[in-house]
Amino acid sequence: MSITQERTNSIIGTRMLRREDPALLTGEAKFTNDLVIPGALHLAVLRSPYAHARIKSINVSDALAMPGVVAVYTGKDLRDAWAAPMPCAWPVTPDMKNPAHFPLALDKVCYVGDGVVAVLANSETESRDALDAIDVAYEPLQAITDLEVALSDKTIIHEDLGTNKSYTWNLKVEATEGAVDEAFKNAAFSVSERYIQQRLIPMAMEPRAVVAVPQPFGGDITLYSATQVPHILKVMTAITLGIPEHQLRVVAPSVGGGFGSKLDVYAEELLCVALSRKHGAPVRWVEERSENTQATIHGRGQIQNIELAADKDGKLTAVRVRLIGDMGAYLQLVTPGVPLLGAFLYAGVYDLPVAYDFSCTSVFTTMTPTDAYRGAGRPEATYAIEVAMDALARKMNIDPYELRKRNYIKKEQFPYTAFSGLTYDSGDHLAAAEKAMGHADYAAVRKKQATQNVAGARKRLGIGMTSYFEMCGLAPSRVLASLNYGAGGWESATVRVLPTSKVQVVTGTSPHGQGHETSWAMIAAEKLGVAPEDVDVLHSDTAIAPLGLDTYGSRSLAVGGVAIAGACDKVIDKARLIAAHQLECAAEDLEFAQGTFSVKGSPDKAVPLAAIAFAAFTAHNLPDGVEPNLEAQYTHDPKNFSWPFGAHICIVEIDTETGKVDVLKYIAVDDCGIQINPLIVEGQVHGGVVQGLAQALYEEAVYDTDGNLKTTNLAEYLVPAACDVPPITTDFTVTPSPTNQLGVKGVGEAGTIGAASTVMNAVIDALSGLGVTKLDMPASPNNVWKAIQAAQGGK
Amino acid sequence: MKVSITINGSAQSHDVEPRTLLVHYIRDQAKLTGTNIGCDTSSCGACTVHLDGEAAKSCTILAAQADGGAVTTIEGLATNGEMHPMQKAFMENHGLQCGYCTPGMVMAAIGLLNENPKPTDEEVRLGLEGNLCRCTGYHNIVKSVLAAANK
Repeated sequence: MSITQERTNSIIGTRMLRREDPALLTGEAKFTNDLVIPGALHLAVLRSPYAHARIKSINVSDALAMPGVVAVYTGKDLRDAWAAPMPCAWPVTPDMKNPAHFPLALDKVCYVGDGVVAVLANSETESRDALDAIDVAYEPLQAITDLEVALSDKTIIHEDLGTNKSYTWNLKVEATEGAVDEAFKNAAFSVSERYIQQRLIPMAMEPRAVVAVPQPFGGDITLYSATQVPHILKVMTAITLGIPEHQLRVVAPSVGGGFGSKLDVYAEELLCVALSRKHGAPVRWVEERSENTQATIHGRGQIQNIELAADKDGKLTAVRVRLIGDMGAYLQLVTPGVPLLGAFLYAGVYDLPVAYDFSCTSVFTTMTPTDAYRGAGRPEATYAIEVAMDALARKMNIDPYELRKRNYIKKEQFPYTAFSGLTYDSGDHLAAAEKAMGHADYAAVRKKQATQNVAGARKRLGIGMTSYFEMCGLAPSRVLASLNYGAGGWESATVRVLPTSKVQVVTGTSPHGQGHETSWAMIAAEKLGVAPEDVDVLHSDTAIAPLGLDTYGSRSLAVGGVAIAGACDKVIDKARLIAAHQLECAAEDLEFAQGTFSVKGSPDKAVPLAAIAFAAFTAHNLPDGVEPNLEAQYTHDPKNFSWPFGAHICIVEIDTETGKVDVLKYIAVDDCGIQINPLIVEGQVHGGVVQGLAQALYEEAVYDTDGNLKTTNLAEYLVPAACDVPPITTDFTVTPSPTNQLGVKGVGEAGTIGAASTVMNAVIDALSGLGVTKLDMPASPNNVWKAIQAAQGGK
Repeated sequence: MKVSITINGSAQSHDVEPRTLLVHYIRDQAKLTGTNIGCDTSSCGACTVHLDGEAAKSCTILAAQADGGAVTTIEGLATNGEMHPMQKAFMENHGLQCGYCTPGMVMAAIGLLNENPKPTDEEVRLGLEGNLCRCTGYHNIVKSVLAAANK
């Protein structure tokens, strides 16, 4: 661990306050909708009120006569604007069905919120007012909101595909053929569970916003968007619109949260670009919240069937999983890949023999498309294995922690080659769990529970745990190739020492709340021996940072941060040649520390990096073959995913008369390897845990049988407020990743991956004495109360 | 119609449509974009400002209702280039991540301490019930407000 162990005056590992904060705290930060663009036209989109309908006719003449209206377009009017349908970058199988999907519907609408007509007007209010004057005649068709009904193909949504099934993807690995069936046949204990991963609405606090600004001459265009992925958006917009890529610049200004929902290429981005070119004027669009709940992707949406086989001691012998994935009406950027990101994790953190049988069938429904939402496939997988482990422990009548201890991959087994062939880089699950148990005072809680949860007790105590792996740091490009993903997983960085020795770091990551500017400056400062305040971090503008694959999947530090360290190494290597030239010694005789090169054994013979930067700039006296300027670009393609892990524990008290769940304590012990900035790491865990806890207790995108979303705004969809969530106890173990020079792993999704199953295990633990051993999320008062009544009535 | 509102100490007068919400007035007429819009149901609190000294969601008030009043927005908190103690407390305690809810959260938190200068953890959580944050899990927001209260 080159920079992590023997360091002095280290910047890495300090709780440095964020440089992003002053602008955000004073209102100076500019989000996309804050940009002042003179002469911009405003786009508004008329959306389908039907889940599934044929468009019979569209009359826009009244809308065209409305004040301020400049133009009105139907899907057919704009059909020729698209060189290709909207992109899906992840064709997971060769025969995957992918319906053509255009920014405005052509003949049919397939979910409530599907775009039908675009209005351009001189102001936002005029554009929205005109929507009411458009007359669309629809022929309503059968809505499909039930995944199993969708699979029956009784009503087919995309007729040209002939089926509602998009794909089936299998991962069956057996040491010998039939090993899984054999294991279940011989199992001393087995469980077969069915879980529902309800649809969630990501609800980043900033709704999406877009401004496309054409340049007066030459056809260049700048697209500002509230996106996580300016680089991917640039490539995809160029392809979809048939615009030369070099004429397109994409900028993500301050972005108000994403959680995966801004990891996409959206209709409104393409519409703004297409219409700004057509009209030779800037076009802007801002999403209302009630629009956001329908027109921005949803997350989760799976039916999970999981079976565990175990021997007489509870050692797992096989895992079998059958998933149905809800794609929604169309495939967005990585929709079909989300279940695959979890496919490798249904054995959790356990030492499973090579006996694993996973299959996912994904299906179209007449609901908003799903896509990656914080954790993307991995919270779902962790939930299934961890809730099923508790079910197995109940069946065996042993403590769920004891069952886990019998199954953990042991510290000395790392690096561990799993049944899947993937290598888990490093870990110590028992240490994390023990630390969490200490914070929980597990034995004392169990003791209290025994006295509290007696027959007739109104308030029942429950404790639940989860041990998780977060397969993240997306991703080794070759592994992505084997999964048919349409791009690589590398990240790029450029490090530039300016003539006055200030440093510019250019990164391909694109932050939206994670504090990259602070953390990346810390990495470069540590490597180069300069002050962090002398490092500027440039990002999120494809003209400034042309190479990048953006921010998602807990990848930014583990891939992008490591790229910065690599670029710093290249800068140092180059500077070393110049220093050797100046000091008249061999390059290998120099050591570099605290920003100064010195001759080993003769510390007086030294030259600071600042002097070398200036020498590289003047180029008056450089060694032969060395180019002027001190700058290097490095692209990091990780050798492996990174495998953060941890153990979470939740203690709840449930009022059996109201069904209300009170979270008394939540403990998160996480291990993300070396931490660059613990302040930021803790913040990521807090936020992640609350998103997972919110899935367990509060949130659900509810559709009626006609396919209408019933939770269309923040009054109906329960994003928790401060009073709905507990303080969170965070603690850490530190197991460096051996696969990168910083020893880092990533932490953005960890909290979410661990939390939902932890809370639900606590809830079921509290209620199992009443006969409630299964409860679908969210564990709302209503659902909990009904489950208690059903269990009690059944007795 | 014409409305006259003092914003961050500066008297302003603008013609607006009667239906104009105060938040749109602040953003579009007064050109102060620090006040954000996060919903359309008065649920999220991102647009919280102070009207005549009290925290208020500026999407629940018509600009016309604020006529003759005094509004403070997030841009009006810092004095002589020094952030307000609440802004500093948010920075020092990592009480923000993406920063979109932050202006409203800070304005609501100042309003809370005006009414209850020494709140408990629970009182802070209840007092901020009308402001949603999706990034922080509220842990460090509560910590920030308590830190500001104890200064």
